[in-house]
Amino acid sequence: MSWRFLRDLLSGVNKYSTGIGRMWVAVVFIFRLLVYVVAAENIWKYEHDEFECNIKQPGCENVCFDHFFPVSHIRLWALQLIMVSTPSLLVVFHVAYRENREKHHNQKLYKNPGEIDGGLLYTYLISLILKTGFEIVFLVLFYKLYNGFKVPRLVKCDIRPCPGTVDCYISKPTEKMIFLCFLVATSCLCIVLNLSEMSYLIFKYSIKCYWKRHIKKRQ
Amino acid sequence: MDWGALHTILGGVNKHSTSIGKIWLTVLFIFRIMILVVAAERVWGDEQDDFICNTLQPGCKNVCYDHFFPISHIRLWALQLIFVSTPALLVAMHVAYRRHEKKRQFRKGDQKCEYKDIEEIRKQRFHIEGSLWWTYTSSIFFRLVFEAVFMYAFYFMYDGFRMPRLMKCSAWPCPNTVDCFVSRPTEKTVFTIFMIAVSSICILLNVAELCYLLTKFFLRRSKKAGNPKHHPNHENKEETKQNEMNELISDSCQNTVIGFSS
Repeated sequence: MSWRFLRDLLSGVNKYSTGIGRMWVAVVFIFRLLVYVVAAENIWKYEHDEFECNIKQPGCENVCFDHFFPVSHIRLWALQLIMVSTPSLLVVFHVAYRENREKHHNQKLYKNPGEIDGGLLYTYLISLILKTGFEIVFLVLFYKLYNGFKVPRLVKCDIRPCPGTVDCYISKPTEKMIFLCFLVATSCLCIVLNLSEMSYLIFKYSIKCYWKRHIKKRQ
Repeated sequence: MDWGALHTILGGVNKHSTSIGKIWLTVLFIFRIMILVVAAERVWGDEQDDFICNTLQPGCKNVCYDHFFPISHIRLWALQLIFVSTPALLVAMHVAYRRHEKKRQFRKGDQKCEYKDIEEIRKQRFHIEGSLWWTYTSSIFFRLVFEAVFMYAFYFMYDGFRMPRLMKCSAWPCPNTVDCFVSRPTEKTVFTIFMIAVSSICILLNVAELCYLLTKFFLRRSKKAGNPKHHPNHENKEETKQNEMNELISDSCQNTVIGFSS
């Protein structure tokens, strides 16, 4: 099980997406997943080993690292990628349900099971709302857990068994901050894409409904 | 998700590129991405572990390393390669949009649609003309901009392209000016120069492609203005034949890349 699984899953979703949805998939694949795998993972690889405190007291480094990094940035990033990608599965399941229904009744019930109309439209909108929600939740979590998106060079720690206030140094803080900013920027871009897609779909189907009613009235 | 996946995504664009574009893609995958993955990553692999400062003061090494390497060469190259590859997706999206429109026309049973079946639409190669020309040219322009920006960022951040053996650091908590030694400076300099040289070649290829497209555009315009009765079929057949030959050449190069990436 690796990121390839998520990639294959999302490639399947692409078939039933709008143009903006496909742009979203491209942004997630290239600017988030690919950057995570080829660059970001290596920066945080030895973060615990390279975290150094100005003290020889055994256990002090461990306790301070745990206090300042309850969940590592990189793990939070990975969780965010997974949570943000999975609402798209709702659409895949709905389309599969439609196709199964057609098979079961042995007749064509839908013009095109993958077309975004009727119940599938609501499923699609719900998946967009969930995606946007997860993005915002994770951004807020990042902000609250780490007091902003800055990574300081030095943190002061006074938790037992550290004897007093001890200076602890984080490795590669500037590089980590650059990639965190990159993460935030791509998350915001994805939020904008999701909101645009929602507006587009709501607008498109409102116009469709309006025209249908207009034609009915005329008749 | 890795560089092989990017190769799969961009491979589709290759069909609709010019010959220079195909050469650019081959250079990108063989001389930049492959070199990054099989060689450069190993050279920079132990960069912080083997960065040694002449002091026992805890934290001094971390702070000095962060001061001299705000972002590692390897990560900067990875970002550069990602940003430089992505404008090609604009072309891929435009082609996908055109195919979608043609399929819609075909399904509606439009008389104007000249295709026999959906498979023919899927396999069809679009010529770089009309709106696709503008998309293609914009993608080359963005590629050039990204290459130039990253080369400048490199030069600015590391004061040139040389990796020094020794750096003097006096950032707190280092007690005074401390000597810090970089691991494998010569090997890193060699690879940095190599990557810069290949970036420059890619810039030249992009400039050449841009000039070629602009020349073609103006020639076509002057032909249309001077000779309204030209025969498109004959021109298209010659172009198609040339494109097929170019594809055979580039496909045989790229098959070796696929082997390495997987």
